[in-house]
Amino acid sequence: MQTPSLQGGFAEPAREAAMVFRDIMTAMARPGQIETVAPGLGIAPLSDAAAAVVLTLCDADTKLYLTPRHDTEALRRWIAFHTGVPLTGPQEADFALGAWDDLTPLNRFRPGTADYPDQSATLIVECEALDPQGAMLSGPGIQSTTELSLPEVKAFRRNAQQFPLGLDFIFTAGVQLAAPPRSTKVT
Amino acid sequence: MLDETLTVYDRKSWLSLLATARAGRAKALLDPLEIPVDFTWLRRPEIGSVMIRGRAGGTGAPFNLGEATVTRCSLKLAGDTVGHGYVQGRAKADAQTAALIDALMQTPAAETLTPRLPDVLRSEQKERRHKRASKAAATKVDFFTMAPGEG
Repeated sequence: MQTPSLQGGFAEPAREAAMVFRDIMTAMARPGQIETVAPGLGIAPLSDAAAAVVLTLCDADTKLYLTPRHDTEALRRWIAFHTGVPLTGPQEADFALGAWDDLTPLNRFRPGTADYPDQSATLIVECEALDPQGAMLSGPGIQSTTELSLPEVKAFRRNAQQFPLGLDFIFTAGVQLAAPPRSTKVT
Repeated sequence: MLDETLTVYDRKSWLSLLATARAGRAKALLDPLEIPVDFTWLRRPEIGSVMIRGRAGGTGAPFNLGEATVTRCSLKLAGDTVGHGYVQGRAKADAQTAALIDALMQTPAAETLTPRLPDVLRSEQKERRHKRASKAAATKVDFFTMAPGEG
């Protein structure tokens, strides 16, 4: 019987999830700052950083949307085994996973409501690389300005205009992650 | 003789036997076979709880009966065979043995294992059930003499 690989995941879930959670929290609190997670967590096509985010934040009480290119049988089984998160379409998703081109247009995702702006989607964006140069970021958590390689600027500007509604982003590449939330102004 | 009694089990039935086996029993049966095993953990033994659901009379609407403590783990043999072990209670060693046997039963080793493990566990389970049923049967009261219209 051929079963797809279930390799990866946390060896010590409680401890490692706490460490990754801390990394994500720091990355969100300091937009543009690039954090590094432990290697060896994910399986193709998932990067280790994206795998760490999914393993830490997704569980049976959240909903995950996989973009078509990430929606493979092997990855479905891996995610089901390690997290038990139910998969849905983009409109109901709490988390969405994929490359930037597959995630756009962003208006498919929930920006939250005026009463509950926290009920919005967080996009886990897989990138080739993350560099501290490119788009200019400013706003809460940034001393003056900082730079981060973002796939485009317009979408983020539009997202920030909706504040307090809007989407949060976690960019992942290899073992690195950066997380500009909706409050970050991109120019 | 063994060949005559060789039963083919599906995965569900041997997992059920392993889950209901007495503590340490599966390990006691597996160890003397000295099957070389080389495995890596996919999920180390962890303890959690599951909600047990029941139906009144076996046919009614499902309701939550209560929670039970469960230990589970998953492992992978050298040949990429994956085994899952789920047992009741806080029993990490039993969960590991169950996962190991689940994986081995999917390999050619199943032929050696079947008469010595699932078969034995099944007959023990049958015996346990029979014992319990006969104990209960001994306390059965027959009310036939009380039936109206008799005599």
